[in-house]
Amino acid sequence: MKVRIDADLCQGQGRCFAIAPQIFGFDDLGNGVVLETGELSDESLELAKLAQLNCPEHAIFIED
Amino acid sequence: MTDQKPVVDFATDFDHTDPQWVNNPYPIWEDLRTRCPVAHTERYGGAWFPATHEGVSFVAKNTDDFTSRTVVMGNGRPGEEAPPAPIGVVPPISSDPPFHQYARKLILPAFAPGPVNALEPVIRQLCNELLDKVADQEVINGSSDYAQFIPSYVISKMLGFPEEDIDTFLEFVHIALEGVNHPQEERILEFEPMNEYFTKQIQDHIDNPREDLTNFLLNAEILGNKLEPEHVVGTMILVLVAGIDTTWSAIGSSLWHLAHNPDDLARLVNEPDLMPTAIEEFLRFYAPVTMARLVKEDKELLGCPMKKDDWVLLGFPAANRDPEAFEDADKFIIDRAENRHVTFGLGIHRCAGSNLARLEVRVAIEEFIKRYPTFTLEDPSAVRWAQGQVRGPRHLPIRVKG
Repeated sequence: MKVRIDADLCQGQGRCFAIAPQIFGFDDLGNGVVLETGELSDESLELAKLAQLNCPEHAIFIED
Repeated sequence: MTDQKPVVDFATDFDHTDPQWVNNPYPIWEDLRTRCPVAHTERYGGAWFPATHEGVSFVAKNTDDFTSRTVVMGNGRPGEEAPPAPIGVVPPISSDPPFHQYARKLILPAFAPGPVNALEPVIRQLCNELLDKVADQEVINGSSDYAQFIPSYVISKMLGFPEEDIDTFLEFVHIALEGVNHPQEERILEFEPMNEYFTKQIQDHIDNPREDLTNFLLNAEILGNKLEPEHVVGTMILVLVAGIDTTWSAIGSSLWHLAHNPDDLARLVNEPDLMPTAIEEFLRFYAPVTMARLVKEDKELLGCPMKKDDWVLLGFPAANRDPEAFEDADKFIIDRAENRHVTFGLGIHRCAGSNLARLEVRVAIEEFIKRYPTFTLEDPSAVRWAQGQVRGPRHLPIRVKG
C-alpha cells in the first residue's frame, strides 16, 4: 500500500505531518506532502491510516 | 450593551449575542440539530445558522453561492465605499476566488510550520515571564493575566509594532469582534482609531524598514504589482484581530477545562506525550471561532429559501459537536485518536494562522501546568464568556495555591 495527498483537497490543516512526521512533510505554503512515497511498512501504514482519520479535508488516500 | 429582545425560540429567532447562547450554546445547537437543522432569524437583517457538520461543510466549501466579503455578522451590510468582492475589507479572509488565492499564497509562507516553529523559545519565555509577574498570587486570572497576553505579544512582534501598545491592541480587538450589535454608523466611527493607528505604523515602517510582516506586506507583489494600501492595512488588521482573541480564547477554555477536570489535568501532567492529542481535543470541544458568509443571490440552499445578502453564520464549534460526525461528540475525551475537527475551518479559507495557534496553545498549557501541576476554579459562577463570534473565558479566576 502507498499513501497519496490530493493537492486539490489539501488546505494545509497540518494534521498529517504532526501525527506522522516520518511519512508526511510540508511545503513553503504549509500544505502536506508525502515523504515516504514507496510501499509502506506495516508500522507506517498504521500511522498513515491515523493521519487519514484526522484529516478534516479528507485529502489523504491509501491505495495499492 | 444595546437593548436586546430575549430569544424565545432559537430555531426561528436566533441571536448569537443572546445571554443563553453566550453562556452555554451547546444545548441550543443540540436542540437545533434535532429540530431544524438550519435555524433562521430576522435579526441582523436576516440570517441562517446550519447546526450540523454537513451544513457547515456545505457552506464553507461553497464559494459559488456564498461570499466572504464580510465575515463578522452585524446589523449592516458592507457599504458602497467598501472594497467589493473578490477583495473585501480584510484579504484574504474577506476575499473570494479567483483573487483569494493570490492574497492567501502571499501570506501563507509567513505562517507555515518552518517560521512558526522558530518562535517556540520566544513563546515559552513569554509564558514564564507572564507567570513570574503573578507568582506571588494565590488566585490568578487565567484570561486577563495570562492567556490574552500570549497571542498579543506574538502578533505585535510579528507585525513589528511597539510592545507598549498592547493595551491599544486589545481595545481594537474588543471593538472589532464584540461590538457586533452596534449600529453601522457607530461601527465606522469605532474603527477610525484602528485605521489611524495602522496608517501611522505603515509610515513608520516605510521610514524605518525592518524585517517583519509589515515590511513583508509593503514589499510584496501580486502578479508583478505592489499591494494596494487598503490591502496592506486590511491584512494587517486581519492578522491582529484574527490572531489575538481567537488564540486567547483557546488557551483560556483549555485552562478552564483543566481547572475543573482534575483527572484530565493529572493525565497531562503525568503523560506529557499526550499533549498534542489533548490539544486537538481542546480545540474540537472548545472551538472558539464562528465565521459568517453572505448569500450571493436568491436561491434555495440547504433546503432554505435564502435571499441575496442574508447572513449565514458558520458555526464550526457546532459542527464539532455533531454526533453524526464524531463519536461521543458531547464528551471531552483527552486521548481521542480520531479527530477530524473543523476548528480552523474547512476549504480555501482554512485559518492561515493555525500552525501558530496550535503552537501558542500547546506551549501556554505546557508552561502553566509545569508551574502549577494542580489548580482549581476559584469561583465557577464568576467565569464570564466573550460575546460575539469568538468564544472564550474573559474572566477566569484560578486558584493556583493555598
